[in-house]
Amino acid sequence: MPVPTLEDFMSRAYAMELEATERYAQFAEQLDTHNNREVAQMFRKLAQIEALHARRILEEMGWSSLPAMPPAFAWDGEEGPETAPFDALHYLMQPYHALEIALRCELQAVKYFDGVAAADVPQRVRAAAKEMAEEEREHVALIKDWMKKVPQPAAGWDEDPDPPRMSE
Amino acid sequence: MNAPIAATMLQAKDFKSDYKPVWCPGCGDYSVLTGITKALAMLELRPENVAVVSGIGCSSRIPAYTTCYGFHGVHGRSLPAATGLKVARPDLTVLVASGDGDGYSIGGNHFLHACRRNVDLTYIVMDNHVYGMTKGQPSPTTEPDWKSKLAPGGTGLREFHPLVIALASGANFIARGFSGDPNGVAALIAEAVRHPGFSFVEILSPCVTFRPEQREWKQAVRPAPVEPTDDPARAARRLMTDDGFNIGVLYKGSRPPFNAAIPAESKSVEELECQFRL
Repeated sequence: MPVPTLEDFMSRAYAMELEATERYAQFAEQLDTHNNREVAQMFRKLAQIEALHARRILEEMGWSSLPAMPPAFAWDGEEGPETAPFDALHYLMQPYHALEIALRCELQAVKYFDGVAAADVPQRVRAAAKEMAEEEREHVALIKDWMKKVPQPAAGWDEDPDPPRMSE
Repeated sequence: MNAPIAATMLQAKDFKSDYKPVWCPGCGDYSVLTGITKALAMLELRPENVAVVSGIGCSSRIPAYTTCYGFHGVHGRSLPAATGLKVARPDLTVLVASGDGDGYSIGGNHFLHACRRNVDLTYIVMDNHVYGMTKGQPSPTTEPDWKSKLAPGGTGLREFHPLVIALASGANFIARGFSGDPNGVAALIAEAVRHPGFSFVEILSPCVTFRPEQREWKQAVRPAPVEPTDDPARAARRLMTDDGFNIGVLYKGSRPPFNAAIPAESKSVEELECQFRL
């Protein structure tokens, strides 16, 4: 997808962060509904972090209102590179799983920004893309550190002797 | 890329209500809700100009999760209710939400006649090939060999082919989406709303609880390798040979939508009763 100007690039980066924020917030709500408060809290925290990145882009660009969003369906893939897939949840999932999801998303973001930086784009876009890729690499390192502090799920973590829904 | 847009323009979140969905985590219907709200924002509509009508089932909970007018109706009867609403209030954009049980079994007959009438509605069916809300019974689109406690050897019945039925019955727009692609779903719904007449959008929406194997649908779906056609015969050939995983707009007809002649002045209930007096 062509990225002709810095404004285009930053709009897209903003859309990407916003989409990731919304998805994590939705995940938090879903797990709240299903009484998995610990993971809901984790997703809420991830949503806050992504929202912070989005706000920083607005500040850097000096945009007082929302930038024009690229058509929602204009990503190369089905969704923004940093957006977690809708079906990534399980009602018994643990914080470690949430971080695994976040790690995959951050790695995809690195790949996306590296791709823009390597493409035939104006110098300002390349510089911004390199900076973004570097930031995302830092996030990858942070999440990996975070994962070391969270217990790894034991085998059979998704087995429920009294499942809420059983087929008839 | 356009210039910055006005902050007053509504966004997808403005179409979401404060009620939190109670679908299972990972359910495809969350994505369809996102697709609907994004489509309404793209179309620059306002919640007070949109009505979402549904029947019964997991998918039919959607009206409550939007800030639009909503009607959570009787099982299988979302289309008659929506038809009446659209005819009485042609100024409203009317979306109808359903599932494969509500839409193709209990409401199957209404589906045929809604296609035939071609009232300007957008019918969104979340198809997961199972009755999820009532715990996993086979639905009309369930594969004949899918085994469950209620159908231990599978139903042995040929699946219902909703897109083929819609075309044969006169639907003016036929598309298929996948919930794993909410942005694509949003684009399809927006296009369906813009197209005059009865628009049918089937969305493959996995039931992660009773059909966990449907998580693999994301590997099976693909953009339809053809442009939409307005030729029903060509569309019929495509749909009859379709494996159920081609995504996109598959048919765009040009049949004029039903246009009810609404009398300029409404009649009183007494006057209406007179007309039915024997």
